Amino acid sequence: MSVLDRAESRPGVARTRAEEEHRKTLLLDPRPQEELNTMVLEAMQRTGREYWVVVGVLAVLALGGFLGAWLYMILTGVGVTGLSRPNYWGIFIASFIFWIGISHAGTFISAILRIFGAEYRRPITRAAEMMTTTSLLVAASFLGIHVGRVWVSYWIVPYPNQRGLWPNYHSPFLWDEMAIITYLVGSTLYLYLPLIPDLAMARDRLAGWRGKLYRAMALGWTGTESQWHHLNLAIKVFSVVIIPVMFSVHTIVSWDLAMTKAIGWRSSIFAPYFIVGAVYSGLSAAITVLIIARSSMKLHYFIREEHINALARLVLIFSFTWTYFFFADFLTEWYGGDAAGHTLITLQTVGQMAPFWWTMLFFNIVVPWLTLWNGRIRRSPIALLLITIGINIGMYLERYIIVTGFLRRNHTPFNWGDYAPSVVEIAIIGGSLCTFLLLYALLSRLVPLIPVWEVREGQLTHGLRRVGRATVPTVAELEE
Amino acid sequence: MAEDKYRWGMVVDLDLCTGCQACVVACHAENNVPTVGEVETARRRSMHWIRIERYWHGADDELRAEFMPLLCQHCQNAPCEPVCPMYATYHDPNNQLNIQVYNRCAGIRYCGVNCPYKVRHFNWFDPYFPEPLNEQLNPDVTVRRRGIMEKCMFCIQRIRRARDEARARGEPFNTEEVKPACVQTCPTDALVFGNLLEPESEVARLARSPRAFVLLEDLGTEPSLFYLKRGESYVRTG
Repeated sequence: MSVLDRAESRPGVARTRAEEEHRKTLLLDPRPQEELNTMVLEAMQRTGREYWVVVGVLAVLALGGFLGAWLYMILTGVGVTGLSRPNYWGIFIASFIFWIGISHAGTFISAILRIFGAEYRRPITRAAEMMTTTSLLVAASFLGIHVGRVWVSYWIVPYPNQRGLWPNYHSPFLWDEMAIITYLVGSTLYLYLPLIPDLAMARDRLAGWRGKLYRAMALGWTGTESQWHHLNLAIKVFSVVIIPVMFSVHTIVSWDLAMTKAIGWRSSIFAPYFIVGAVYSGLSAAITVLIIARSSMKLHYFIREEHINALARLVLIFSFTWTYFFFADFLTEWYGGDAAGHTLITLQTVGQMAPFWWTMLFFNIVVPWLTLWNGRIRRSPIALLLITIGINIGMYLERYIIVTGFLRRNHTPFNWGDYAPSVVEIAIIGGSLCTFLLLYALLSRLVPLIPVWEVREGQLTHGLRRVGRATVPTVAELEE
Repeated sequence: MAEDKYRWGMVVDLDLCTGCQACVVACHAENNVPTVGEVETARRRSMHWIRIERYWHGADDELRAEFMPLLCQHCQNAPCEPVCPMYATYHDPNNQLNIQVYNRCAGIRYCGVNCPYKVRHFNWFDPYFPEPLNEQLNPDVTVRRRGIMEKCMFCIQRIRRARDEARARGEPFNTEEVKPACVQTCPTDALVFGNLLEPESEVARLARSPRAFVLLEDLGTEPSLFYLKRGESYVRTG
């Protein structure tokens, strides 16, 4: 429980000290508003030579790997991958699931923590929401990369046409497409709404092309009472509405697999298992991004060790939950599965998938369980950077094992076959990572990465007021 | 004609199959199925719409090979059909056939993942017909381009032609006339084709045989392909 609750029982000095600590996580050492604004605006314009070198390298890799290798595959055929007859789906679908998983962090941090009133969310929501939007774009592109004829893939969209054809609503793939489009639109709007006051703040302080851009994007925000009222109402509604959409996305992604007759895939536990895995890897990625953004953009005032600590606690909880689901899924297959299911288990534990399988367990269970219980490790940015990158390697391997491992064996042994990604596939996968980083790097210099008004709101509502000689909490805090 | 209702089916007598692969060659010739070459075949990308699966039985002295021809099972409850978002995998209600609409396919390969028999084939590259195979392409069948799924359709071009010719002559359609290329070619008559809805057709009679079974019956796919069990004690009747 929080420091405050523990302090409840102990009066006097301890309470004051605990409260002070709590206030530090809420950034309750307020500085003048203009100073906050300047800090965020400076961070946004921090585009030195290093930044452009990084962006340039990422752009080359993204163009070459992502677009170049993909174009080569379009022009020659999907045969340039390592796919073959039993392995019709490969690393592209695994990557698709991975990036969809990353996109869950934004909604989780921003919407769920907002609804539950977790105060530490304030400065980190924007960074997480931006991750949602960019990773969703990368994920959606994998649907196009995967298919054999990308030039006709628009047929999946239900639009009236002269042939009277309509997509098949029985197919989980179509549900998937609907859920992703809904989530992409929803999360982009959800990113945009709380951005408006910050864009207006930037508009008032910057000239040139930025000024023009923010003028258009701020939609004439002046900060009147009625505007604030409408904005708060819209954010409240969106926070509630976006949560079921988030759940629907990874549920349906898991159903892509769970609705089939493939051994190991047909499992009723897949939907919650995938959602927990998605939030687990998404939260870890959020920590990675926050640590990098914090040091590269000098945001130490806003993003503190306490925020990383709070997120790391959540990561540990999700590590426990993920392990529980993994164990339940594995145990039922091992105990009750048929011969074909047992070949799959052998393949994973001691067979050709074993290096991936054990690495996954190491990064997803062993490392977090041994380190994250320790408060000092949770507050150390370097340690957490390594741990969270490890967790995402583990989660990527989990998707790789589930998608490509389970297809290798089936009911008819004549049709067993192995799979290894080809150079083209690896180039596209690497390129997609660079594309994500590139989009994020560009976006981080285009919009304020810290929601200044939300931080300020937190400081005002939880601040202390001096009345005469006494120091009293603000009314908002007493109401809670 | 709406009243035309058929359920095309096939019976494979495992006792009679010698594993000679003539059906495979016939199918390639009839349906313009490309040969992909040694390298791609070794990578498990061969495209035989009908293939002879070979299983070893026994060990050492007792070792013997057993053959099982495997083609699309034309399931009545086909796993490949609902998962296709494009309706490229389609159930023909008049013929009870599992039809692949080539020009509707976008190559998502969901059907191939969900097919428990693994009888659906993907065009990994554009088809290539080396000399002199390019001279013998069947004009009744489209050549499929890269990026789409294809599979056995019980030589539906032959079914349609036989039905249309009977209609043109003004005669009733005798379903026994239709023979897919593999059935026509099989030297031991191990393959029997016909309309399962006519109780007296040979295929319907054989499908009722005590030797008859369907593959992976517990999956509930209701295939239209029946296998006659192998075994010396049985004598084929009918």
